[in-house]
Order: sequence, then C-alpha cells, then structure tokens
Amino acid sequence: MTIAAAPTTPHDSAKLRVHGLKRYFDVSAPWLNRVLEGRKRQLLKAVDDISFAIEPGKTLSLVGESGCGKSTVARCIVGLYRPSGGSIDFEGVDLATLRGRAAQAPIRRRMQMIFQDPFASLNPRWRVFDIIAEPIRAFRLLRGAGAIQRRVDELLGQVGLAARDGEKYPHEFSGGQRQRISIARALASNPDFLVCDEPTSALDVSVQAQILNLMKELQRELGLTYLFISHDLSVVYHMSDTVGVMYLGRLAEIRSAADLFSEPQHPYTRLLLETIPDLDVIGRHREPLAGEVPSPINPPSGCTFHPRCPLANERCRAERPELQPTAGGFVACHAVAEGRLPPHPAS
Amino acid sequence: MTKAVSDDLEIEPRLTPARRLVDGLRRFFDGDIWHSFKSSRITVVATVITLVIFLAALFAPLVSPSNPYDLATLNLLDAFTAPVWVDDTGAGFLLGTDDQGRDMLSAIIFGTRVSLLVGFASIFFAMVIGISLGLLSGYVGGLTDAVIMRIADIQLSFPAILIALLIDGVVRGVLPSDRHNDVAVWVLIFAIGISNWVQFARTVRGSCMVERNKEYVQAARVIGIHPIVIMLRHVLPNVMGPVLVIATIGLAVAVLTEATLSFLGVGMPPTRPSLGTLVNTGQNFLASGEWWIAVFPGLALATLVLAVNLLGDWLRDALNPKLR
Amino acid sequence: MAANQPLLQVNNLRIEFPNRRGTLVAVDDISLHIDPGEVLGVVGESGAGKSLTGAAIIGLLEPPGRIAGGEILLDGRRIDNLPYEQMRRIRGKEIGAIFQDPLTSLNPLYKISRQLVETIQTHTDMSATQARNHALDLLDSVGIPAASERLDAYPHEFSGGMRQRVVIALALAVNPRLIIADEPTTALDVSIQAQIIGLLRRLCRDHGTAVMLVTHDMGVIAETADRVAVMYAGRIAEVGPVEAVVKDARHPYTHGLMGSIPAVGHHVERLTQIDGAMPRLTEIPPGCAFNPRCPKVFDKCLAERPDLRPAGRTDVSCWLY
Repeated sequence: MTIAAAPTTPHDSAKLRVHGLKRYFDVSAPWLNRVLEGRKRQLLKAVDDISFAIEPGKTLSLVGESGCGKSTVARCIVGLYRPSGGSIDFEGVDLATLRGRAAQAPIRRRMQMIFQDPFASLNPRWRVFDIIAEPIRAFRLLRGAGAIQRRVDELLGQVGLAARDGEKYPHEFSGGQRQRISIARALASNPDFLVCDEPTSALDVSVQAQILNLMKELQRELGLTYLFISHDLSVVYHMSDTVGVMYLGRLAEIRSAADLFSEPQHPYTRLLLETIPDLDVIGRHREPLAGEVPSPINPPSGCTFHPRCPLANERCRAERPELQPTAGGFVACHAVAEGRLPPHPAS
Repeated sequence: MTKAVSDDLEIEPRLTPARRLVDGLRRFFDGDIWHSFKSSRITVVATVITLVIFLAALFAPLVSPSNPYDLATLNLLDAFTAPVWVDDTGAGFLLGTDDQGRDMLSAIIFGTRVSLLVGFASIFFAMVIGISLGLLSGYVGGLTDAVIMRIADIQLSFPAILIALLIDGVVRGVLPSDRHNDVAVWVLIFAIGISNWVQFARTVRGSCMVERNKEYVQAARVIGIHPIVIMLRHVLPNVMGPVLVIATIGLAVAVLTEATLSFLGVGMPPTRPSLGTLVNTGQNFLASGEWWIAVFPGLALATLVLAVNLLGDWLRDALNPKLR
Repeated sequence: MAANQPLLQVNNLRIEFPNRRGTLVAVDDISLHIDPGEVLGVVGESGAGKSLTGAAIIGLLEPPGRIAGGEILLDGRRIDNLPYEQMRRIRGKEIGAIFQDPLTSLNPLYKISRQLVETIQTHTDMSATQARNHALDLLDSVGIPAASERLDAYPHEFSGGMRQRVVIALALAVNPRLIIADEPTTALDVSIQAQIIGLLRRLCRDHGTAVMLVTHDMGVIAETADRVAVMYAGRIAEVGPVEAVVKDARHPYTHGLMGSIPAVGHHVERLTQIDGAMPRLTEIPPGCAFNPRCPKVFDKCLAERPDLRPAGRTDVSCWLY
C-alpha cells in the first residue's frame, strides 16, 4: 500500500492531509511566438503528485535543493497558489470546496505562514503594531483599540520583544528581531498550524538558534503543528518528527526523522546527508556525488534521479518508482524495492 | 467597494495623531532626504521660488496690486504703459499695462493662479487614473494587464497637444458657443490629464509587480485580505516615491501644455487669462514695441516651470537609494 | 624572502566609512597572517567586517569605505598604499578573487575562452594558442565536463555550480599565490557546495596556493580551513587551528556560536543560544564589543578592550584569559 493509495478514513486524525498534490506552471513562450515559431506549450511540473499527512502537534519537514518544489507545496497549502490537481484537507475539510473569502476565512485564520526573508516580509511603511494587528483586524477577532492593544503587547512579549517595539518601523530591527515580528503576526490570529518557509535561512547561526528555540517553545506551549520547509538538513534534523525529501517535484523518501537520518535509503537522501559538514570530523575528505539537479522543464525519464544515481539500471531509466512502505515511512526507489541497495555505511 | 473592504480599511491609531505627527516630523528632519535637500543649494533656491509663486497665486486677491478681472477699475487711458524703469508715469504699474490698461503684474499673478489650477487639477486627474490602472495592471496581471497596457501604448502614440486639440474641438462642436468659455478650464484639465496618465500607470505597474511578489504582500494574502485593500494599503504606499517624482515633473509639463494650448487659442479665454493666454495676447504687440505684454508672462512661466523641474530632479535623486 | 615569513601579513588594519553623522569603524584594528599554501578561514555574522577585510586586501574596497590605519604586506611588501595600476597588476597575478555570485566575476558579453585567455595573456607572455590550451587545461582541472566544447560558451550557458567552477579557473589562471574567496559556495545548492569546497581544497593543495576563505558557514570552514579567525563587530574574537576553535573554543562568543549549530546525530531539545544580536556599527559598546551578550561578563569587559593573547591552543581577545 502506498501513501497515495491510503484511504482517508472519516475519523482521520491528521491535522493536514495532502493527497496527490500537483502544481504546474505554464512556462510557454508568449502566444505570438508560439504561433509564429511553431513552439509548443511547455509545462513546468513544480509539484508532481505529492501526498503526506501531518499529525496534530507534530512537525513535518520538506527538504530538497532549490527548484525541488518544496516552497511551491507550502504556497499551495496556504492558498497562494491554486493546485493544478490533488487535494488539501485541513482536519478533513477539502480546501478546494471552500469558495470565496468568507468561506475560507475560518481555515485561513488557523493556518498561517512564516516567510524566509525577514527584510521583505514586513511592510516597510507600517508600524510593527499595525503589522501584528492586521490579522486580528482582518478576522475581526477583537473589537476596540484597547483589546487589540493588549493582544499585540502580549504577542510581542511571547516572541521576546518589548511592547514599546510596536511603535517602531521594521527597519529599526535586526534580521532576527524581524523574524520574531513575523512570527508574532503569524500567531496573532491564534492559528494551530504554521507553514514555515525557510524561516532561518536568511539569519546568522547564533540568531538562527534563537528563532529555532522560540519556534520549539511556541509549539510546546500552543500545541502548534508545523510544516517546515528547509534546505538545511541539520536544522531539519533538529526540528522535525517526519521528514520528506523532495527531488524535482516528487517525494523521494518520507520517513520519521529518526529513521531517515540513521538509515537513509534513497540514494538521493544519502547524497544529501553526505553533504552535511560534520564539525566532529575536521578536514574530512569527502567524495561528493557528481552532477547537478536537471532542469525541471525537461526532467529525465523514469526515476528523475537516475542520471546522478550510482545504482541506476534500465528499469530506473524507464519506469517511475512509486512510494513503497519501508521502516518508518515510504521510499520511492527501484533499488530499495529490488533489494539492490547497499547498506548505509553509518548504520 | 463592499462592506468588508471598508471595514478592513479602518485604522485604529495607538498614538494620538499629534504625537504621530511630531514623531514623523522628527524622523523627517533627521532623515536622508532632508539632509540631501539642505546640501543642495539649487534645490533650496528652486523651492523658495516655487513657494513664492505658489503662495502669490494662492493669495492672488491679497497680494496683487489690482484685480485684473474687475472691468470697472480698468482705464483705457492707462493702456500700453511701459514698465516703471522704462517710462515712469507715476501710475504705479510696475510691469506696465496691456492694451486694455490692465496692470501686467496683477494679470501675471492671476494668470499664474489659473495656470497652476489647471496644472494641479490635471495632474491630480492623471494620477488618479494612472495609479488605479497601474495598480490593477501590475497586481492582477494577465489579460487585464495586457489590455490596459495596450491602451496605454495607443494613448502614447498620440502627442498630448493633439489629444487636447481633439477634445477641445469635440467640445466646441457639441456645446453652444456661449458656453465655451465656462467649460474651457474643465476641457483643459480633462485633456491634459488624459494625456498624462500613462506615465503614472507604467511606473506604478512596474513597481507594483515588484512589490506584489514581496513576502509582505504574500503575508497579507495568506491572511485573506481583500485584493483592493492590499493594493491600497500595502502596495500603494510603497510605490508612491516614483509617483511623487513624476507628479512634480508632470506638473511643470502640464503647466507648459496648458500655456501652449492657450497660446494656440484653444485654452483659457482672454476673459480669464492664464499665462499662456497672456503671452498670446502680448505677441500681437511685440512688433509694435510693447514687448512687456508678452515678455513678462513668458518669463513668469519659464521661471515657474524651471523651478518645479529642478525640484523634481532633486526629488528623483533623493528618492533613489542607489544614488544616495 | 625570509624562511618563515608569512605570505600575507595584515597589521592593525582599520577600515572606516565616513558619513554625515560621523565615522563608522567597520574593521577595528585587526591583525592576521596567512602562510604560503595555508587556508585561513574568516568566519563571522553578517556585518562583522569579514568581507571588508577581504576586499581591503585585494584593494577593492568600495568608497566611501577606506583603509584608515594599519598595513597589508604581501611577501613583506606593502600593498595597501600602491597606486591603482600597480595594485591591478598584483590583483590577478598574485592575488586571485572568488566572489559569492559567479555572475559578478564573469562578463556576460564575452565567451569563457576570451575571458580566460585575456587574463592569462595580461599576466604572462604566452602566445594566443598557448593561452588557449592553458585555458582548456584549467577548465579540465576544475571539473568541467567536455571542456573543449564548453570553452567557447557564454557564462549564461553554464549552471550556477559550473559558473563557480569557471570563476575558480579564472582565479587560478595565472597561478596566484593567494586567493581571497568571499562566500564562494553560499549561492549554491548543498550538493554542489560540497563539490566546490572539495575542488578548492584539492587545487590549492596541488598548486600550493594560500586561501583566505571568508564565510558565515562554520561547516565550510571546518572542512576546508587550516586555521580560522572568528570575527565579531569588526574585531577578531579568536584565531587558531580550526580543530581547536571548533572543539575547544575559549572565547564565549565562539563557544556560543559552536553550540548554536544544530548537529545531526546529537539530538537536543534546545540549542545553545547567544541572546541579542551583534551591535550595529553605530552602537558598538565600549570595552569588549561582545559584553552585552556575554554570559561571563565582568567589570573589566565594560571598560577596557581586550587584545588578542594566547589561551590554550588559540589566541583569544577576552579578559577571562
């Protein structure tokens, strides 16, 4: 049984269930060029048939290199992109069935997002107070200036800022403080699910530690569920319960963090783990796998990883592997299915 | 706008407006723009000149020696008096008089008032249309964008004067001749405004496309803010810099266009002359030696346009972070 | 040249940015040296002054930034006060540069071959054919597949990782003795990063080139550098052998920095965190710049600025030692 085929029971415990999610982008040349030069329409399959579920209070991370589609998944879930196919269920409610802003508002209130770039995610012309109060006003959660004032002060305190910081403008803050403001805004509408799109990749390490600690504390205190998007495996290791490794719009492997990091199965996961610098082994000489991520516009046939894979055979070049159950999750690899996978050296 | 939109627009200020103002002023005088202003002598001079002209136009009835529209005060015997330093008649006409015996200085002050009124109104009109269409085009994109931008292209292929002449011609054809003078100012405002919106629309569209992809706009979308509110409260304040520059330089251009049209005889009527009308009237007397009737309004026009243009140039540099 | 003279010696370097409100001191009295063939990592948070130090050494400090004090010696010869034309000749021949964004180092209008051949011919007396063959060898050595076919391609025809390889080839073209690499892998994907680091390391070993590796990524430093200098608020907090700095850091900042990096395999509920943020250049406190964030701060730290002095296996600027 694959994840994609897993039946959605009526008493589904998952906070969020993504089923066969697809998002294609039309990257064709302009209409006139297509007509005059006889070029075909071109689709970029940024996300191609992704399924996963996140249990309440847990963190699921999506990792992968740039262009693998992880941010597109995040943007589909929060409604910035309309999916080209598949479904997104929030506590069993299919988001696609909610038409119009009014119908979506109750779900949107509970599902917020933290963005990557703390310098672009806050409107430079707004005071911090108004930035954080925006969701409260938009969802009409509180009435009256006094009540909103108290709530914003509380939120600022929750993320480690002072109430008087609300009077300032974003440019008066450092990157880490801005990310705290961004978190306060995301928390303002009392959400229980946060999509975090590379929340620390623009920050310095010492500040990254502050933000990661804050996010973990908030998760514990408020019972938040996280979808965490990152390219940094050590951050993902620190944050996640479940990890999905994405490659060219598809999930290569999705397993519990403990299983995936101790015994990675997909050759791509192994490659990624191999690239993590190990501070314990100074000057380690590594033999990194050659090659680069191919263009997602014309992905390789069969398993899209086969041109870089040391285990690729004829079947890998021809037939696309589906996710198959394995220890602690699922992996999409013919070599694993056929038992051709050499044991992981670290295990 | 729906009710939801107007609800989202309300702002509950935490600071009293007075404290916000003081705060804002302190920021401004401490900021780079004020510094760049102070350190550019040309800009300071241009600002002083602009302010003097604006204030004189605004308070024309108070500052001008006489009311040029008041036919009762006119004396034909004063006609064609030369400026005081050429021929001091003791009548007190500093810059001389025109063929009707009207004091030129007063005529220029009142003419500037008319010119500026048309200039400001038409630029405001162009701004409203341009910003609205630009925001719509840049934010919505796709077909909406394509249609608006093609209209802008077509608009741009007609010179402003031609459009103004065309509109003026249509209005003159449609309305009875006794109403021409009443509607002249509205025709000018509409004609000049409609030929200037494209610049605003293009600039706003470009900036809007950049801002739309920034994460603060996406954050607002995730919250589910209405697109119109996002455009007005999030995007608009962040694209106003370039708009301000275009508006300043556009004001100078609008004043000039108005003068050109009035000079050509399709603008303000001689009963309510603008600077352009004054030059037009005066040029009849250039050959006969009464040069001041044309030259002084012309000089006033040139000074005004130059000062406003210099201000616009400085503003463009000051608001461009790359040049700072 | 003296037997154990360092290749590069920086003494008491001070970089200032004058502005209308006063003068910002971005790099304040730092001294460091690089031996021939050595890889010195310079690590720090954004704004610590690490990139400015690199830029000052290759003479590419952007105005209004200026060297306000100290000296930079290459082989014992001062290079910080050379006229532009002389410095240009040193840059390229004796000091190469690799920047974060490969596109800034490559001219998008010229073929790769032309850029390589021109660089080679500017600094050597090779003929055009010789230079072209040398360019081909270079591309081969930086691991560009089918180098002979790619030689006449334009920069945009390469992927990001390949472009950075071309930049490395360009920097190595005339066998410089020192390369300043400023965040050479930051713009690249993790799997490409590892390849580029491995490449840089191998080439430097083969050619005996010394490298000053400027980065914010401690992992890159740990894998590549021999020694590392940790910068904080325009000053060097700690400098020493990379292994000692990573595992046995003495300065409270370095110590906190190491603890704040999540490590795969060591599960912790909470990362060590240094509270606060690095001060802006306008707000650097008196005494030790780290004192507002330091868990071990005491009176002396608030009043007097510590100098680098030996402590354990590293040199530390901290009053604890």
